[in-house]
Amino acid sequence: MTPAEIRDEIIDILEDISPDEDLDGLDDQKPFRDQLELDSMDFLDIVMELRKRHRVQIPEEDYGNLASMHSTVTYLEPKMKDI
Amino acid sequence: MYDTIIIGAGMSGLAAGIRLAHFDQRVCILERHYTIGGLNSFYRMGGRDYDVGLHAMTNFARKGDKRGPLAKLIRQLRFGWEDFKLAEQIGSSIRFPGVSLDFNNDIEMLESEIASRFPDQIDGFRALCGSLLDYSDMDGGSPEFMRSAREVLAEHLTEPLLIEMLLCPLMWYGNARQDDMDFGQFCIMFRACYLEGFGRPYKGVRVILKNLVRKFRGLGGELKLRHGVSRIHVENGKAVGVVLDDGTEIEGKRILSSAGNIETMRMCDDITTPEVARAGQLSFIESISILDRDPKDLGFDRTIVFYNDSEKFHWRRPDDSLCDARTGVICSPNNYIYDSDEGVLPDGVVRITTLANHDLWCELPEAKYLAEKVTQYDAAVASAVRFMPDFRSNVVATDVFTPKTIRRFTFHDNGAVYGAPDKQLDGCTHLPNLFLCGTDQGFVGIVGAIVSGISMANRHCLMTD
Repeated sequence: MTPAEIRDEIIDILEDISPDEDLDGLDDQKPFRDQLELDSMDFLDIVMELRKRHRVQIPEEDYGNLASMHSTVTYLEPKMKDI
Repeated sequence: MYDTIIIGAGMSGLAAGIRLAHFDQRVCILERHYTIGGLNSFYRMGGRDYDVGLHAMTNFARKGDKRGPLAKLIRQLRFGWEDFKLAEQIGSSIRFPGVSLDFNNDIEMLESEIASRFPDQIDGFRALCGSLLDYSDMDGGSPEFMRSAREVLAEHLTEPLLIEMLLCPLMWYGNARQDDMDFGQFCIMFRACYLEGFGRPYKGVRVILKNLVRKFRGLGGELKLRHGVSRIHVENGKAVGVVLDDGTEIEGKRILSSAGNIETMRMCDDITTPEVARAGQLSFIESISILDRDPKDLGFDRTIVFYNDSEKFHWRRPDDSLCDARTGVICSPNNYIYDSDEGVLPDGVVRITTLANHDLWCELPEAKYLAEKVTQYDAAVASAVRFMPDFRSNVVATDVFTPKTIRRFTFHDNGAVYGAPDKQLDGCTHLPNLFLCGTDQGFVGIVGAIVSGISMANRHCLMTD
């Protein structure tokens, strides 16, 4: 997957987790938490959905990399480039 | 071999099952009863639909709300708002001798009622609202959680009657402890009842249960009714599976039990004398009266009335009598604001709940038991009509359930509706792969039970898998 495809996939997951959220104006550089009503349960769901859909394993100590869209895509790029 | 075996197909077990099945676990829910729901169930009798348990769903939220437990559970279970479509209450009342406080789903109503009935207490009430713990403090970690709610209330309010009145609905809707309440539990119930408020699906609790089951089965989850677990099989300090009432063994990597703390311990075959937690004592008798007209036509538009016939609110099991009708809850499912396309309910209904003694009810011989159901129905209604219009000449059908009925549906010790007073908030047990969810883990009520199932599934069954 390319970084753009990974971003689309994250958007798809966020839509799945929180269908009422407006994601069009999402700023990739800003933390998700400042823009969306996501709590720790929702962050767990991003991790779980990535594992379910793509068998991507994210250890708990790496959860901090999922703070913003930009940091998430950067973190996932090497893990998902061969998918 | 299942990834997770869930004991009990009530709200918490079904919610946990959905989470696990969604993330591709092999999950089996085992339920001893012939129907789902546990404490919150439904039945049909004489051509009418009845609900067990549901008066109101607390934690009301409107479509699009992003905060609060209801929004969280809808997201976590991948439901839409329509699946939990709730009609808002008209309004409820707390009625004590000579004074009544009305409230609805907007805290300003309760505030203005307090300001007018107890003018010198309003500042204290606002300070109390400001001191409430947040839901994020509800994992039991806050030192405030285990404080006495009465003690905290007395720091803010000087009028004992107002303290009793505020406690009455919150204890009725979610307090397993007699006389007092943990402050953490007080905060949960305060938010659930006063800040978020009451709602009800037009078709009652069956809508929610059916949605949960459909979702669980659609994800490949297995639900087995009439499959009671008699033992949890333990080997080398780990649960390896369960043994059913008929002797069948089922293997699982881990077990999540909604059977109750002490009830679950009793099943473990490495424990001979469970004394881990005291079972709860508080059980109820509930009557349903079907009326020949809408309660509003009798001048009764209240969704819920919490009444108490003296200045002191007695929240404890009646030790020497079958029931204690000095305090009770009157509820009418007709008194919600349903959408115009839903219309009105087919019958007028008044439900009355009062405190009852499980042991005394269970000791009665069958004929006496049936006779007492009638006697105690009359006593509860006679007590309630002091706080609402007398509807007794309008009753066309009745049904009554007792602590014995509750016990039969839930298998919880003492027919305890809100479980044991000491909660196991982390859901852990003496075994590394056996966990608790449901009433004895923490949150109670419909929304609370669902949140309990979700959070225990997340914490113990998903993150470690």
